[in-house]
Amino acid sequence: MSELPLRAQLASVLGRSAASLSRATGRGDGSVIGGRVALKVEPDLLAKLAQGRRLALVSATNGKTTTTRLIAQALREFGDVATNEYGANMPTGHITALSDNKSAVNGVLEVDEKYLPQVLKATNPSFVVLMNLSRDQMDRASEINLLAKKWRTALAQTDTHVIANADDPLVAWAGLGAPNATWVSAGQRWKEDSWCCPECGGHLKRETDPHWECPECGLARPRATWAVDNDNDVLVAPDGQQIKLRMNLPGDANRANAAIAAATAAGYGMHPERTIERLREVTSVAGRYTSVVTMGVEVRLLLSKNPAGWLESFAVLDPPRVPVILAVNAQIPDGKDTSWLWDVDYTVLRDRRVFVMGERRTDLALRLETDEVPFEVADRVDEVLAKLKAERPDITKVDVIANYTAFQQIRTAYGRVQ
Amino acid sequence: MSNTSSALRIVWIYPDLLSTYGDQGNVLILKRRAELRGIPTEIVHVHSSDSVPEQGDIYLLGGGEDRPQILAADRLRADGGLARAAARGACVFAVCAGYQIIGESYGDDEANPLPGVGILDIRSTRGQTRAVGEIVADVEPALGVGRITGFENHQGRTAIGPQARPLSTTVKGIGNDDRTEGAYQGQILGTYLHGPALPRNPQLADLLLRWRVGQLNPLPPAWGERLHDERLAAALR
Repeated sequence: MSELPLRAQLASVLGRSAASLSRATGRGDGSVIGGRVALKVEPDLLAKLAQGRRLALVSATNGKTTTTRLIAQALREFGDVATNEYGANMPTGHITALSDNKSAVNGVLEVDEKYLPQVLKATNPSFVVLMNLSRDQMDRASEINLLAKKWRTALAQTDTHVIANADDPLVAWAGLGAPNATWVSAGQRWKEDSWCCPECGGHLKRETDPHWECPECGLARPRATWAVDNDNDVLVAPDGQQIKLRMNLPGDANRANAAIAAATAAGYGMHPERTIERLREVTSVAGRYTSVVTMGVEVRLLLSKNPAGWLESFAVLDPPRVPVILAVNAQIPDGKDTSWLWDVDYTVLRDRRVFVMGERRTDLALRLETDEVPFEVADRVDEVLAKLKAERPDITKVDVIANYTAFQQIRTAYGRVQ
Repeated sequence: MSNTSSALRIVWIYPDLLSTYGDQGNVLILKRRAELRGIPTEIVHVHSSDSVPEQGDIYLLGGGEDRPQILAADRLRADGGLARAAARGACVFAVCAGYQIIGESYGDDEANPLPGVGILDIRSTRGQTRAVGEIVADVEPALGVGRITGFENHQGRTAIGPQARPLSTTVKGIGNDDRTEGAYQGQILGTYLHGPALPRNPQLADLLLRWRVGQLNPLPPAWGERLHDERLAAALR
């Protein structure tokens, strides 16, 4: 990329110093404070740092950190990649990611849904990668219909190329605003936020999944050139080639993330077969999907923050003999409103041992009681493990599904125990 | 329908438009609290492309974003089924966006007044600020419900007309206007406590059941009562 103007260079240096200080004093990973300091010195810094690069912006309700990581992993085939892999997904985080890697021509930035129009305008990216939109932390997040409309409008004002999930009506409608698009049939398990036409409000016809169409205005699912075949664990490329996925990240949601990543990497000129090989190298993303061994039991940590995420996590649970711990908090990063617990169907848990934990475990308890799922209440993971081991000394595995701060608490407590 | 005519018929209106955050909880908890007392139930889901059946016992309307709210109101007015059921004396329980649209009028996102279904004598407008957070209110003593808690997340402000009465007096949070929360008129009841208002307030769920089937056997306190007490203590701390 070209040399930065002096003021932008200074801004960038100051930002990086602040970031180092933040890390050295143990106050954070520096992604946010560094960007904040730099922006004070040069408000156009993000645009300047983005110039001359081939950027992909990645946004969605769920899977944006993972997909960003997957795309970056693939693009490292060509050399350095500038990316915000710690999930600092607002402009300050983007500035830090680009400042930290000035020479990288390729970049992949995870973008918070609300900030997408602004970052799109500032960075003029080659690709915008969109996966899904569903209800999430509604006490502080935007309404998703409004969000989709803002995406659509912003995309229409660019010459960017969208790579998007055709199976999510809200995402597809937003993506159809862009001048160019590659459509991926990545699937949609959670459909409760897309029964109505984003264009006119009509009740969508969704008879043969993944097809959808509006009988009132005619809006319909765009034809996809890439597809995931979950039953056969296969990615179908535009030329019809079937590529076995065999990902090390679990579940259909990660097959969808991999397909989107492969379609994006293809935009950079990478062959999908090679992309998938590189994606298999990823075994955990910022602690997600990590297993920690504690008290001789393998504890797998699944982060899920909203109804769509919980539904995906239920689908990747180990066989019923493996117990599951559900942990829910309602701090600001989680959303202070636990109403979403009522949107999920828990009856699939009836045949397994279930424990509830976290600051809002009473909400979970009532929810499970209502669905007639037997459960036990617990304070800590090690207490559950001790109880299970006392009953069944040969127990080897436990799954944990937790929302954001509950996940962080468990990870801090057990993440380093081997 | 013929073999279930004795069942309590719970009609969930427009889950495709008005089910933003946990509204399903109200359906599930009514069903459970009825069945624990040996009252059989029948759940009917009415999509926005369907007509609203008139022969229901309890009609439930949930919350919704601005655009789905307008669509739901327009479709309900054009359909007429809910208004006919209400005129017949059916029970209606509506939360948040659903509460606003069963009134005489409500405000859209540019503060223009739009006509509601008109079965509850309230008029809602758009306020200056958004009310977001835990809410606590004391229900009109004659209803025998006591103190209710929930989560509110709305920008509406609601004025109650002479045909309706405020459901409760606000203790914490905003509700209709900082002073009262919700409204009722006969067996039509609306509230800003969004999402799972009935799971969080078992006594309110039992009020609706009592309206339909008369005196109820008491249930032993369980997780619902415990959650109610826990949230109440947390909200007032």
